[in-house]
Amino acid sequence: MSSQEIPEETLPAGQDTAHGAVKVADDPFADPGLPPHKPRIQDIDERAARRSERAVAFMFTLSMLATVGFIASYVIFPVDKIVFIWPFGHVSALNFALGLTLGAALFFIGAGAVHWARTLMSDVEVADERHPMQATPEVKAKVMADFAAGAAESGMGRRKLIRNTMFGALALVPLSGIVLLRDMGPLPEKKLRSTLWAKGLQLINMNTNEPLRPEDVAVGSLTFAMPEGLSEHDEHFQTEIAKAALMIVRIQPEDIKDKRELEWSHEGIVAFSKICTHVGCPISLYEQQTHHVLCPCHQSTFDLSDGARVIFGPAGHRLPQLRIGVNDKGFLEALGDFDEPVGPAFWERG
Amino acid sequence: MSTVTETKKAPAGERVADWADGRLGIYTLAKANMRKIFPDHWSFMLGEVCLYSFLIIILTGVYLTMFFHPSMNEVEYVGPYVPLQGQLMSEAFNSTMHISFEVRGGLLIRQIHHWAALIFLAGMFVHMMRVFFTGAFRKPREINWLFGFLLFFLGMFTGFTGYSLPDDLLSGTGVRFMQGAILSVPVLGTYLSMFLFGGEFPGGDFVARFYSAHVLLLPGIMLGLVVAHLILVFVHKHTHFAGPGRTNNNVVGMPLLPVYMAKAGGFFFLVFGVIAVIAAIASINPIWAIGPYRPDQVSTGAQPDWYMGFAEGLIRVMPGWEINLWGHTLVLGVMIPLAIFPAVLAAIAVYPFIESWITGDKREHHIAQRPRNAPTRTAFGVAWITAYMIMLVGGGNDLWATHFHLSLNSITWFVRIFFFAGPVIAFIATKRICLGLQRRDKDKVLHGRESGIIKRLPHGEFVEVHQPLSQGELHRLTAHEQYDAAELPPAVDENGVERKIGRMEKLRVKLNKGYYGDDSQIAKPTVEEYKEIQSGHGHH
Amino acid sequence: MKKLSARRRHPLAAVVVLLLALAATGGLYAAFAPAGTAKADETAQSLAIEEGKKLYSVGCASCHGTGGQGTSDGPSLVGVGSAAVDFQVGTGRMPAQQPGAQVPKKPTIYTQAEIDQLAAYVASLGAGPIKPTEGQYSPDGADIAKGGELFRTNCAQCHNFTGEGGALTYGKYAPSLEDVDPKHLYEAMQTGPQNMPSFPDTTMPEKEKKDIIAYVQAVNSDKSESPGGFKLGGLGPVSEGLFGWVFGLGALIAVAIWVAAHTAKAKKS
Repeated sequence: MSSQEIPEETLPAGQDTAHGAVKVADDPFADPGLPPHKPRIQDIDERAARRSERAVAFMFTLSMLATVGFIASYVIFPVDKIVFIWPFGHVSALNFALGLTLGAALFFIGAGAVHWARTLMSDVEVADERHPMQATPEVKAKVMADFAAGAAESGMGRRKLIRNTMFGALALVPLSGIVLLRDMGPLPEKKLRSTLWAKGLQLINMNTNEPLRPEDVAVGSLTFAMPEGLSEHDEHFQTEIAKAALMIVRIQPEDIKDKRELEWSHEGIVAFSKICTHVGCPISLYEQQTHHVLCPCHQSTFDLSDGARVIFGPAGHRLPQLRIGVNDKGFLEALGDFDEPVGPAFWERG
Repeated sequence: MSTVTETKKAPAGERVADWADGRLGIYTLAKANMRKIFPDHWSFMLGEVCLYSFLIIILTGVYLTMFFHPSMNEVEYVGPYVPLQGQLMSEAFNSTMHISFEVRGGLLIRQIHHWAALIFLAGMFVHMMRVFFTGAFRKPREINWLFGFLLFFLGMFTGFTGYSLPDDLLSGTGVRFMQGAILSVPVLGTYLSMFLFGGEFPGGDFVARFYSAHVLLLPGIMLGLVVAHLILVFVHKHTHFAGPGRTNNNVVGMPLLPVYMAKAGGFFFLVFGVIAVIAAIASINPIWAIGPYRPDQVSTGAQPDWYMGFAEGLIRVMPGWEINLWGHTLVLGVMIPLAIFPAVLAAIAVYPFIESWITGDKREHHIAQRPRNAPTRTAFGVAWITAYMIMLVGGGNDLWATHFHLSLNSITWFVRIFFFAGPVIAFIATKRICLGLQRRDKDKVLHGRESGIIKRLPHGEFVEVHQPLSQGELHRLTAHEQYDAAELPPAVDENGVERKIGRMEKLRVKLNKGYYGDDSQIAKPTVEEYKEIQSGHGHH
Repeated sequence: MKKLSARRRHPLAAVVVLLLALAATGGLYAAFAPAGTAKADETAQSLAIEEGKKLYSVGCASCHGTGGQGTSDGPSLVGVGSAAVDFQVGTGRMPAQQPGAQVPKKPTIYTQAEIDQLAAYVASLGAGPIKPTEGQYSPDGADIAKGGELFRTNCAQCHNFTGEGGALTYGKYAPSLEDVDPKHLYEAMQTGPQNMPSFPDTTMPEKEKKDIIAYVQAVNSDKSESPGGFKLGGLGPVSEGLFGWVFGLGALIAVAIWVAAHTAKAKKS
């Protein structure tokens, strides 16, 4: 694309003049060249230089003292000692002392070295020539010739059979690596479609580990439940609760706008999945007057009095509701699993 | 043997150096590099902030691996921190508690590691912006720009995997988000999620898997990139700002030995010292207050570390679009932010190539430009930062709401609108400001510096005395290059044949006008103008 | 069982047993004592209701109606109970200054005696949660760790890990719990003020409320420990990021400016 070359006439005049441009008396903007070096006070006054030397040595000494302080702190302060230090609060004495002494020990090495460089080492500015990255045409020609010779000697161009089979082998060999990744995890199958909830499982209060009775759940209250039979000590507790976590509120039946929600509730007690349908944060910032529930991660807002539909934020669909009833012992129970997958949407969700 | 005849033995140091030279060729290496020149400017040290905080992270990270157990087996906490005693937690969390409360200095090293990580990423961001605004990414440094960008990008993910390792309630929420985001990928989402987590979320594998990525895979790649980045800095030699004696063909500054050995070496200790002090006085990621991860628990104010705040903002302000068709779900509400995130970063990454295509400039540049002298680029950079910062605000919308007594929902709407409007406003305003500064430079060159001395002329008029600039200063203010805007060649060539001009070429010329057109730069003062005005002054 | 035996030999075990014994004694006393006094103070109670009614008609009736039946400006107070009054007036939220997304906490204008009278009057309008006694809310001897777990399940989603507060929809917010009186924490859980849901004893027994109060006091009071140093508001990564940028990178840039600056030149002599 020759059009991308800059035409000569659009280049600014006089740019790229050689280094150390000659001072043209006629051009007030010409490069006057590097200004002459002006001495620092340390360069001309030996007393000032000695002061700098002492300052540098003082900083290195401070660093040594700080290291001693670090070791002393390590030995002296118990690891659980808490002290009040204004304005930081009640902090660990050990952490505070170790950090400050280590910080000082390191900082003063640096400060000493920099002060040394700034005051005592030469500050004469030096110019170094630059050379273009691009090789000269001779070098390039030599490389191209070498490459052509090498390529010809290899026979790559002539012996197509070798070349093609080699490409084939190289293309196939990474497949082994990919195959080995297969056991990283199981196939999704229908795993995301179901939870532990099933017909007849009682709703266990997460606080008390006792089954809930309808009369326990007051209007305006918020309760969390898990399915009967699940225990914190179970091996798969984390994975199961990640899907089964349940949020229970009670709304005056006349305030429930969604017909199905009312049907699936028990006297206004509604049970919704606690897992946000956006990306799966536990969602339970329930405002009891508005019946809004907000996700603390990305602020999706659902209306629990209207089938938990999305009223704000990035969630794409409502919270799944669990159909509940009361068993003959008077406890709340699930009447089945959720009828749709809980948590974030995915391709196969449909 | 020659040693027999030698009258005096060389000093020990020299003999060691000789030994090494015979095997490594160090004298040849030192000849080129020992007195390598580095220019002095504070902004040229930002890269060193990054390099040193990276080294600090590696050093402290190695220490942490000696105590950290990357396992998700559930254990009961029996350590000294009372508010967690008897709680179930993963071994990863438990060992992090052990580091924080029982290993002497463990908390300090943990905090240095985390603070250094935040500063590393912040340093890279600012360093990248310095390079951008001074045009230091231009030929021959485009590849090095890409290396630097990759370091920033990988740094974000190294940070994220490290942040997730303690398996606390906050980071676990972040991992849950990541899993939800992976699920949104069409067709493959559920498979990727199952393979990454070894089954359903959270499973028992991700800490160990993130661990190997965090301590081996990602830092290994980054270390390689850092070395390549530094080699290229040495090969290209550092850019410098224009000034007397500072041209495109030289580099003016202090030699590596001794000045920069002391300054850069000392700066490592300064950076380490400052970060150690910060770790002494300010708490970071207090996992004991956050608690162990449980997928059914959460805290408000759930945010990632700052470098992921931009992505967090995108996710938060996106409307919840979801398409259900033929039994499949397209989760646009998550996918679109997931695509915009790398796209915005890529925009800045490929900019050097776009600029060189638009300007058609194929020469080497070693003079760092002043941002005002490249108004269009500067405006683009500021617009990009504006978009980035607005999304950072979006990522913390709940905290802005509580701390400034605003409505969460209004902030979200503000971010939604200003993610688009903000960059446009910033672009226009920045370009204006740059042109204004160019005009001021021109005035300064032609009329001299305002001295602040007011003089009363015989006829009563008050004027401010202007002092002429030194030649060095005049040169500095006029050293930048100015191009004429590209023009399309005439529609018919000299033989009367209609010329075919590609659509891309038309676009290029149009964009080129945006860089070098009359609205995009103030013509430099010419020598003639200068002389005329200066002689005019003589008549006063 | 194994858990218990493992912890029996813990150095703090004796302390825990002692605290539990103390709490049990205190709890028993608290359970019996108030009932006795209540019977004796039958007349004092009705007097308090009288006084409370006077205070009510001056300070509250304009919004809540003369009989506490509620108006368009304020909800009905029938059945809210003395606990709600003690919380709302005791934290200064009521009487409200101006309408808004949420009524904020402010310095209270009534004495505790006046609040008690108001509470007695409102409680007489209809049965509701009763103002707790110290034995009910005092965190002494409670299980802090259990409280932490309960806090993370029930409270942290709005009030943050350690009770620093957080945002809700349209300008509403969950307030910070720093240095809130244990009594008010208890009453808030019991009554669910404003948009906060309630956590009644049926789903969160009294003992668990005490555990939660003990946890909040342990992690968010002016005595709370922050071993790592300045806790930066306890807000998590946003304040950490700001601090890292401003003080971390800021300090390093200041240092870099010093490193790169030219040393002062000697004056021409």
